[in-house]
Amino acid sequence: MTQRIDPTRAAGVPKAEVVKELSMLKQKDMIAGNYEALTSAPQTGRKVASTFVPGNLNELIMCFDLLNNLPEINAIQNGMRKVSGELILEAEKHGHSEDVCTYVKADLGMMAKGNLSPNGKPLPRPDVLLLSYTGCFTFMKWFELVRDEYKCPTVMLHVPYQADGQVTDNMRSYIVKQLRETVIPTLEKVSGVKFDIDRLRGYLAESAKAEDDFVWVMESAKNKPSPIDAYFGGVYYIGPIFTAFRGTPDATEYYRLLRGEIEERIRLGLGPITPEGDMKEQRYRLVVEGPPNWTHFREFWKMFHDEGAVVVASTYTKVGGTYDLGFRHDPRNPLESLADYCLDCYTNRSLPQRVGQIEKYMNDYQADGLVINSIKSCNSFSAGQLMILREIEKRTGKPGAFIETDLVDPRYFSAANVKNRLESYFQMIDQKRASAHAA
Amino acid sequence: MAETRTTAEIVAQCQALFDDLEFTHSRRWKEAAPGRKVVGYLPVYVPAEIIHAAGMLPLGILGGGENLEVIHGDAYYQSYICRIPRSTLELGITGKFDFVDGFLFPSICDVIRNLSGIWKLLFPKVYVRYFDVPQEFTDDVGGVYYEKELQELREGLAHLGGRPITDEALRTSIALFNENRKLVREVYDLRARTPWLTPTSEVYLVMRAGMVVPVEEHSALLREYLAAVQAEPRPMRDNCRVILNGVFCEQPPLNLVKAIEMSGCYVVDDDFMLVNRWLLDDVPTSGDPIQALARAFLHRSAETAAKYQPDLAKKGQYLLDAVRDRAAEGVIFAAPSFCDPALLERPMLESRLEKVDVPHIGFKYAENSGQMQPVREQAGTFADSIKLWSSP
Repeated sequence: MTQRIDPTRAAGVPKAEVVKELSMLKQKDMIAGNYEALTSAPQTGRKVASTFVPGNLNELIMCFDLLNNLPEINAIQNGMRKVSGELILEAEKHGHSEDVCTYVKADLGMMAKGNLSPNGKPLPRPDVLLLSYTGCFTFMKWFELVRDEYKCPTVMLHVPYQADGQVTDNMRSYIVKQLRETVIPTLEKVSGVKFDIDRLRGYLAESAKAEDDFVWVMESAKNKPSPIDAYFGGVYYIGPIFTAFRGTPDATEYYRLLRGEIEERIRLGLGPITPEGDMKEQRYRLVVEGPPNWTHFREFWKMFHDEGAVVVASTYTKVGGTYDLGFRHDPRNPLESLADYCLDCYTNRSLPQRVGQIEKYMNDYQADGLVINSIKSCNSFSAGQLMILREIEKRTGKPGAFIETDLVDPRYFSAANVKNRLESYFQMIDQKRASAHAA
Repeated sequence: MAETRTTAEIVAQCQALFDDLEFTHSRRWKEAAPGRKVVGYLPVYVPAEIIHAAGMLPLGILGGGENLEVIHGDAYYQSYICRIPRSTLELGITGKFDFVDGFLFPSICDVIRNLSGIWKLLFPKVYVRYFDVPQEFTDDVGGVYYEKELQELREGLAHLGGRPITDEALRTSIALFNENRKLVREVYDLRARTPWLTPTSEVYLVMRAGMVVPVEEHSALLREYLAAVQAEPRPMRDNCRVILNGVFCEQPPLNLVKAIEMSGCYVVDDDFMLVNRWLLDDVPTSGDPIQALARAFLHRSAETAAKYQPDLAKKGQYLLDAVRDRAAEGVIFAAPSFCDPALLERPMLESRLEKVDVPHIGFKYAENSGQMQPVREQAGTFADSIKLWSSP
C-alpha cells in the first residue's frame, strides 16, 4: 500500500507529492512521536538526555526512561526546512566564527531563537548532556558550549580513536569503566531510575534484530539494478537505527517493513524511489564518501538521479555504526558491546581503515566510481579526503569526483558548480567505458 | 672559560634555528653517533621524556612557517582546512623529514588526528603513532587507560630503538625535563615581572629552539638567556600588559608577535608551545615513572581547548588566574583560521572575561599571513583603549 507524499519533506513543509511506502509512513510517525514526547516533556515530567549520533547509546538511555534528543538531527531538520541559514547567522552574531562547524552554530542559533522543534513547539532544556565523544573532536566543544547555556549535568564518554585500525582491550575496558563508574551513576542520579542490566540486555537483543534487517537492506544495492539508493535513500534508512529508536520494537518493525518493500522491488526489477518517482535507467553505480548537503538535499539528489546515477554504498550511512562489517549489539556482553559499537563508528576509524572500507565497497558493489562530497563543516570527515580519493583511484583504477558543499549552511552550496562537476564526472566515466570497450 | 654571549647573540642563534627548514641542528645531532634516532611530534603535548629515555631526540614540529612555499601540501587539503597539516606534509613530501624515524600525532583535533592516517599511507616505513590521551581524569579510569597508552608508546619506541627503555632511564629523563620546565617557568615569570627585558618575539624564539635541540642543550640556553637579559638594561615602555591565547598549534608568523609588541602591548603570558610547560610541577623522580607521568597529566597539567574541563565552574578559570597572576590588563585571542578547537573555545573564554570586565579582542591568522598592518592597528587601538579607559 502506498500514499502520495514527499519522502524528503521535513515536518510542516509541504512539497510536491510522490510515492510513499509504509515504512516511510512508519518512520514519519516515529520521528513525529519522539518530537512530541520531547516537546511535551515539561507536561509529562519525562526527563531528557541530549547526545550525539555516533556513539549514541540509545539502549542505555532508555534504561533510565530518558527521552533522547539529538542535536545533529535537529540541525538536519532545520537544514531541510531551510531555516538553518538564519540560525547560523544568529550564532555568528553572538560571536561564533564563520570557520567552525555549522551543526554547532545551527544548534546554538536554534537555542537563541526559542529552540523550536520541527513540530513548532519548544524543545525542553535537557536534564543531562551525554557527551559521547566518538569520532569527532567538535562534539566536546559543542556540548561545552551547550552546557554553558543550560548549566545542566554533563557526562563525558571518551571513546579512543581507532588509529591503528584495531580495537585494543585497553580501549574497550576504558569505555566500559567510564560506563560503569561515571555514565551509569550520572544517568541514575538524573533520572531517579536504578540501572537494570537485564533491561539493557533486552533492548540490545531488540537492536540486533533490527540490525540484521538494516544490513540486508543496505546490501541489497549489490543487485543490478539496485533497488535502493544507499546515500540519498540511505539517509532515511539509517534514521531509526542511528537515533532514538534503536532497541525499540518500532525500529524492528520499521526494518521488517522496509526489507519487505525492497524484496518486492527486487522481485519486480525496480530501482529506488526518488522524490520524482521510481528511478528508471541506472547508468552509473557510485560509492559516496561524506555526509550530504541538507539545505538543498532534493536538488542535490536530482543531480544524480537525472543522470541515472545510483549510489550503491556510502560511508555516511556508517557514522552511527558499521553493522555491515559484522558488528551487532550483543546482550551477552552488554557494556562491552556498547564499547565496541562506539569504537567502530565510521569517523572513529583510521584513515587507512576508511580507505580499505571504501575500496571494499567499490569492489563488492561493482561501482563505477567514487564521489566525495567534502563538507566544509566537518574536519573529522573531510581532512584527508583528497588522500582517500588518490588511494581509491590508485587501487581500483576507477575515477573519482570531488565536490564541496556544507551540511546546513546554505551559503556553501553552489548548485551550478556541483552540477558542472558531476556532469563532467559522468562524462569521464563514459569515456573510460568507451576506451575500455575499444581496447 | 666559555665566552659569555649577549642576548642578541643568543637570540640570533635561536632565530637561525627557527629559520632552518632543513633542521640542520637536529640532523647533526643524529649524525654525531651511530644508531641515534629522531622522533617528531606535533602540538599540543607528548611525554617527550619517553622519547628522550629511549636515547632519541624529540623534535617538535610546528608546521612550515611563513617562508615555506606549499605546493604539494595544498593538493591534500581543501581550502577550508588550516595550514599546519599542509605545510607539515610539504616538509615530509619534499624530504625535509628524511632523517626523522618516527612521528607522534597527539590528540588535539580531527585534522591532526587524520594527518596521522595520511602519514601512514604516505610513509609506510616510518613509525607513526596517534598519541591519545584521556578526557577522563580519575586514576582508576582515565589513569589506568593512559598508563597503558604510555606503556605502548614506551614499547613502540623501544622496538624502534632496538633496546628497552628502563625505569632508571625514564627517571633520569624526567629529572632533565623537570629542570627544563623549571627554567621555562623562570623565563615566563621574568617576562611577566619585567616584560621590557624579555620581549615575546625573543622569548618565543628561545622557546622554539627547545623544539629542535636536545633538552640538556635547551636548558643551558635558557640559563644563558636568563643571565644575559638580566644583565642588559632595556628601556621600560608605557605598554599595556596582555595575554595571548589560542596560539597553541599552528604558529603565527613571528612578525605578528612583533606587530602586537610594536602596537604597544607587552605579552605577559601566552599558550605557545604548551608542550614545554604542559606539566605544571615537577614530576616525581622516584617510584613508577610511567605512573608519575600519568598522574601529572591527570592532575597537574595545563588547560587548553583540546582538553575537556569536567567542571563547569572551572571552565576558563586558568585564564582568569593568569590575568590575575600576570597582572594582565587584557587578552588577545589569536586563532589560526579554521582552527575548530581555538575558535569554538573562544566564546566560552570571552564570556568568563566579560564577567570580570577584562577587555579582549580577537583575530585570526595563518602561519603565512603576510599583512600585519591590520593586526597592528587592531592591537594598537586595543592598547590605547586600555590605557585611556581602564580603571587605574
